[in-house]
Amino acid sequence: MRRAMVVACAFCFVPGMLVAQGKSTGVAESTETRRLQALEEQVHALAAQVELLRRELIKVRDPQPNGVAPSGRLVLTAGPGMEKGAAERTVSAMAQPSTPVSGEIAAMQPAAQEPSPILGGPQTQVFGGATSNAKLLNPDISVIGDFLGSLGRNKIRPVPALELHESEVSFQAIIDPYARGDFFLSFGETGVNVEEGYVTFTALPGGFVAKAGKMRAAFGKVNTIHNHALEWTDRPLVTENLLGGEDGINDAGFSVTRILPAPKWIFLEGTGQVFRGDSGNIFRADKHKDVSTVGHIRAYKDLSESSNVDIGFSYAHGHSAGDTLVTLLPSDFHTNLYGVDATFRWKPLRRAIYHSFLARTELVWSHRDQLSARNAFETQRAFGLYTSGEYRLTRRWTVGGRFDRSARAADANLRDTGFSALLTYWPSEFSQVRGQYRFARYAEKFDANELRFQLLFVLGAHGAHPF
Amino acid sequence: MRNASEETRLTSLAASIVSIALLLATLTPLPAQAAGKLQIITATADLASLAQEVGGDRITVESIARGYQDPHFVEAKPSFLLKLRKADLLIVVGLELEIGWLPPLINQSGNPRIQVAGPGYLDASRFAEILEIPKGVVTRAEGDVHPQGNPHYWLDPNNGLRIAKGIADKLSEMRPADAKYFDERYEALADRLKREDKKWLEQMKPYAGRKVITYHRSWPNFAKHFSLDVVGYVEPRPGIPPSPSHTLELIRLMKRENIKIVMVEPYFDLKTPNAIARDTGAKVVVMLPSVGGEKPVTDYFKLFDYDIALLVKAFQEVH
Repeated sequence: MRRAMVVACAFCFVPGMLVAQGKSTGVAESTETRRLQALEEQVHALAAQVELLRRELIKVRDPQPNGVAPSGRLVLTAGPGMEKGAAERTVSAMAQPSTPVSGEIAAMQPAAQEPSPILGGPQTQVFGGATSNAKLLNPDISVIGDFLGSLGRNKIRPVPALELHESEVSFQAIIDPYARGDFFLSFGETGVNVEEGYVTFTALPGGFVAKAGKMRAAFGKVNTIHNHALEWTDRPLVTENLLGGEDGINDAGFSVTRILPAPKWIFLEGTGQVFRGDSGNIFRADKHKDVSTVGHIRAYKDLSESSNVDIGFSYAHGHSAGDTLVTLLPSDFHTNLYGVDATFRWKPLRRAIYHSFLARTELVWSHRDQLSARNAFETQRAFGLYTSGEYRLTRRWTVGGRFDRSARAADANLRDTGFSALLTYWPSEFSQVRGQYRFARYAEKFDANELRFQLLFVLGAHGAHPF
Repeated sequence: MRNASEETRLTSLAASIVSIALLLATLTPLPAQAAGKLQIITATADLASLAQEVGGDRITVESIARGYQDPHFVEAKPSFLLKLRKADLLIVVGLELEIGWLPPLINQSGNPRIQVAGPGYLDASRFAEILEIPKGVVTRAEGDVHPQGNPHYWLDPNNGLRIAKGIADKLSEMRPADAKYFDERYEALADRLKREDKKWLEQMKPYAGRKVITYHRSWPNFAKHFSLDVVGYVEPRPGIPPSPSHTLELIRLMKRENIKIVMVEPYFDLKTPNAIARDTGAKVVVMLPSVGGEKPVTDYFKLFDYDIALLVKAFQEVH
């Protein structure tokens, strides 16, 4: 039928066209040109419609968050005058504005794309480097290896010649609009420990930030820092003697923090924490009511855009642990810890990755109730401190030093003294090589000279630590 | 023993008093929010400039990172928390540019409005054309790679316009009564940016397609918009300091391809770029990737004025 109509039309129009052609060739050419132009315009319009339909089809089949073009359809873009080769190298996926932009600049060629209705409007991106929808809801996962080597002799606190001291595995993610979760699992050579695992409620009214779970207590500075983020391969003697060693005050409980009113440009923050009361050889809870408490006040001030000072006051209270006899009178034996910490930082903003200086000191007083050698009640009052400094020489090299002096919590007459010199090399942001010469003179009249070596390496996305 | 118990009880009482005092201290109310102007904090000075252009006198805006600072390595100072806790809106670059410092600040701010996906959180990368999105398997062997694409996208005036539109829409959403004001300011910005961009493109036209070296991968959007061809980097991989072998390779490439321009951000050491320039006869151009990188560069327009004037001068000198 269609073919018959075409033939009939041809019979009608072709003779007429031939006649007309004979009359005026010029007019015919002009008509033909216009017709061709009209056809071209129709073809362009149809092509645009096809492209529009194709985009809608892709959008329906494969909706993308954030308005990002489907990964399978990369858009080749090139600015005016760009070389062919350059344009080919600049393969780009176009993330589109959520609403059309008026007044686009000449070179701009965005393919306007509304946010996917399936996802319910514009989506925000989350930290974590997810590259596909399947990974978007996974937490940031990282593993940090802490490999330690040691030369020399230390019969008071011996360490292996070589050890994978710790493998810290972390899982961090936003839980919902009101909270985020952080887990840090510490794999040692002999077992696994939940170093920290807590939920942080970030959307509380009144400016409060609350945490619940197991966490390092906000006592001073070093107690809050994970091994891999320390400036040394070990922890200071005062931590070993008075604050529970490597794990420090680390317990299950609640924490509430809030910025406090203060004069302008002074940052004042208060933290109150309540824990179960079990923390290494410092605190022990035999009853539910034997909780431990920690309080911390932090004052911070920028001295200039490159330097600042940070001062903290800490207090911790709990039931004494560490002596089997203590179990007989758990509620009558307490340990009180008092701490002062001060930090000075200098980092020129224009050369922040090349040069910086950090000086820090912490003073700790321990008042510990216990039974004496003659089985009488006594309170041991011990004091310890460390002072350290670290200077970044270049982008890759850092030198540092530390002085230690601390009495022992159970016998304040025993005092240990030490100092360390450190050299650190950073191949990249994700690995670190460190050497530390450590001298310690222990109360037992023993001198330890050690050369320690540390290799830290980071796999995956490890979240930033608080300042 | 009785004395000891009494002492312990006293200590316990003191501890309780200190704890209660601390908790009471934390219960003091937050300062009242400023009634009139929206308080905006941005991650970088470029976003602050665009927000100021659109928000006019209805907002106050401040940037956390300075223009002469490497935006990857800003310190999460507590003093920033004082600003963030009062902010109505936080505008971030996104694409993990601030991953090393901004998340802890947001978490500690105690400000529910600016939490990720909160009503006062705006990720500017949503509006921009993003380049260099890695394909296939992404590993750290490629250096400090950004899996969601290159975050230095604001260095394309088209993206500046898109971001400004996104900010204008957000401000209108937050203050519907001022929507007309924000829209008018955006239209004025668009007109001006269009005119200025025409001028910048004209200035750069003679150098279209020229091959250049950059220190870090900060300039893909800039290069694309102004038709420059970035063929190498001083860093062997993003975030990895220059190595002697890579530097030698780069020098050979520059000699072979007759490349005469090395673009360096102001926060990188000039030792290696200068050595490369001495060996190849190239010129080191310290380009500003952000507003505020130098004192005269006070807004988004002056940023391009400054960079393009530097580049044009450098191209004229080397050819």
